[in-house]
Amino acid sequence: MAKSSRARFGERASLIPFFSLLALLILATLLCIFGWTTPLKNAQGERIRLKGAQEMRYGTDIRGGVEAVFAPHNFDVKPSPEQLDAAAKVLNFRLDKLQILDRELTTSPSAGRLILRFPWRSDETEFKPETALKELGEMAYLTFRKPDGTVAIDGSDVEEASVVLDQRTNTPVVALKLKEEGAQKFADVTGELVGKPLAIYLDETMLSAPVVRDRITGGAATIQRENMTSEEAFDLASKINGGALPFALKPISSSSLSPKLGQNSLHLMTLAGAISFILICIYMVVFYRLPGFIGCISLTAQLVGVLLAISLPQQTLTLQGIAGIILSIGMGVDANIIISSRIKEEARKGLTLPSFLHNGFTKAFSSVMDSNVTVAIAAIVLMFFGSGTILSFAYSLLAGVILNGITGVWMTRKMIASLTKIEALRKPYLYGARRNA
Amino acid sequence: MEKELKQGRFAPRMVAGRKIYPFIENRRYYLFIAIGLIVLGFILALWRGFELDIEFKGGSMIDYTYSGEIDPDEVNAMLSDEFSEPVNCQISRAIGSGDSNLKVSVAGNEALSPEQLGELTAILNEQYPGHDFEIYEANLVSPSIGRELLRNGLLALVIASLLIIAYVWLSFRTMSGPSAGVMALVALFHDTLLAFLAFVIMGSAINETLIAVILTILGFSINDTIVIYDRIRENIGLYREELSFVDILDLSISQSLGRTISTSLCIFVAVVTAYIFALLYNLESIKEFALPILVGVISGTFSSITISTPLWAAWKMRDGRTGLED
Repeated sequence: MAKSSRARFGERASLIPFFSLLALLILATLLCIFGWTTPLKNAQGERIRLKGAQEMRYGTDIRGGVEAVFAPHNFDVKPSPEQLDAAAKVLNFRLDKLQILDRELTTSPSAGRLILRFPWRSDETEFKPETALKELGEMAYLTFRKPDGTVAIDGSDVEEASVVLDQRTNTPVVALKLKEEGAQKFADVTGELVGKPLAIYLDETMLSAPVVRDRITGGAATIQRENMTSEEAFDLASKINGGALPFALKPISSSSLSPKLGQNSLHLMTLAGAISFILICIYMVVFYRLPGFIGCISLTAQLVGVLLAISLPQQTLTLQGIAGIILSIGMGVDANIIISSRIKEEARKGLTLPSFLHNGFTKAFSSVMDSNVTVAIAAIVLMFFGSGTILSFAYSLLAGVILNGITGVWMTRKMIASLTKIEALRKPYLYGARRNA
Repeated sequence: MEKELKQGRFAPRMVAGRKIYPFIENRRYYLFIAIGLIVLGFILALWRGFELDIEFKGGSMIDYTYSGEIDPDEVNAMLSDEFSEPVNCQISRAIGSGDSNLKVSVAGNEALSPEQLGELTAILNEQYPGHDFEIYEANLVSPSIGRELLRNGLLALVIASLLIIAYVWLSFRTMSGPSAGVMALVALFHDTLLAFLAFVIMGSAINETLIAVILTILGFSINDTIVIYDRIRENIGLYREELSFVDILDLSISQSLGRTISTSLCIFVAVVTAYIFALLYNLESIKEFALPILVGVISGTFSSITISTPLWAAWKMRDGRTGLED
């Protein structure tokens, strides 16, 4: 067993692993820097784009933006999940209207709240987050208006709207169900407006203006339009439902950050990170020679991997997330230092190259593995229990630790083993042994 | 031949063909230093005062950029007249860019509403025309959300610590797992406590950044302890018959010393670089983060040498045991 694994170091090694890993790393680095638009197409027929670090989705604490927690205002009982979903629909509708498209709106049914995050672009000098939040929280007001503008019935009269298929024409229509009092009012107004439009408004935006064909009694009506797609029908139904919202929303907590601050700190931290990375690499090469150099390649791979693990699925990266990256890179530095110093120690015992490399890696393995597993456990726990910002920390830490296991333990070993094929790279001095030994 | 080794309490001796340092024999001194540092930290922190940030206690904090010169006390007096809740104004400056910020905090049982925030900005610009007050950062937090955040953060910390202990216990069961796990926890507690005190002494109020600091230190500290424990586990297997327990522990620590110094140095370089940048450009959140991390990382590397291992040795050798019993 031991003998055969030792044979992987030295003349009988192959250079293929080193160069294929290096090529893989270069490809990953390019992907990380530039991203890649694949030839594959998604359901909408657009080509799928793999997003690199430049298209990283940053949290509002980095790129600037607004984060707000909305709770029902003047509403005594806890809202049901359905009511929260309806509230989310209204907010989404209003956000579209405010041209805030790049947003994240989540409902928290257990707390009965809605959490909204959206960026605040630096070119929006006129944009006032406090005004936007106030507008968003106001109750959506659904009204059915007569042609002269007077309100016939409002959201409180509507039970629900849904999409059904018209059996005769085989086209989707919106079915409207009214409450008891609403049904009577609706019958009156439709009787008055036969042949005229009855406009549906959400706040001051007209959603639709169907023409009344008959007096509608019984509290059930259908809204249909020529060529209405099912998507449009669903959209209209959800907006009518949204407007029937039983409570107003109040932003109970909010934080806004000017994009100036975020961009400054991001830029400076990237610079600080680059400088420290170079200093650490110099240190590792000077003190640990060849294993230190390979360690730097592994660290680069780990860093590129973590950035891709965050940018590809478009996970939100917050300042805490950067702390997670720093911790995992710190552990990566440590893993490579442990391996390099173990090799150095074994090399100084005057063993042969295959023996000291084999011993060095084997002995370093358990401590690197144990610390990675321990920290991974902590990260997984945090993913379950942590809220927003801690989640970002946990995600980047977990990704970093898993990658550290792959690069620090496996990749470093493969690359060094592969390089020992080259005679000039087999001198014990390169592994930390004293020159005259 | 061999050079004559120096004599004295902290002088190295030769074991298993290498110089080793008497860490275990001098554990009382190290423990004394550790306790002394914590006591000193507590005194300084108490003098600074422990305070929950509005993220956790609720309230409002608004950071404005402005141009020209203003007197924060005057602004404070003016705003105190306008608002019924207590108002506090502070000015901070960036050394690098020379930009100034005005920090306004409003205490109270409820966060300011977005309308009130708009009013506040309007009042400032009306009373001090020409200074162009602009919101740089605003945090309006309801106390209930703050408490929830704090509770979730603490819960996550406690559960993560417990699972870490369980894993160390399992992984090092060959060298008496439970006591190793508990002593790792003591070191963990020591490191996070020092980082926490550093955070408070710096004048930061307890906030989410502190949770990130503590989580990071938790990771580093356990990593350091495991590296030493791993070496001990290996050496017990190798030298059980030849060396005394104390020699094995001292040998393990001495062998790991090169790695300990290298890793600490690398992290030191990285954190100091970040700190210098944050200091030059007045990046509050990074400054708040970097210095306590530095304290925690240094503490973490040395607590595994001066706290968890010596304490574990003391436990293993209680009542005259050799420490190598199963």
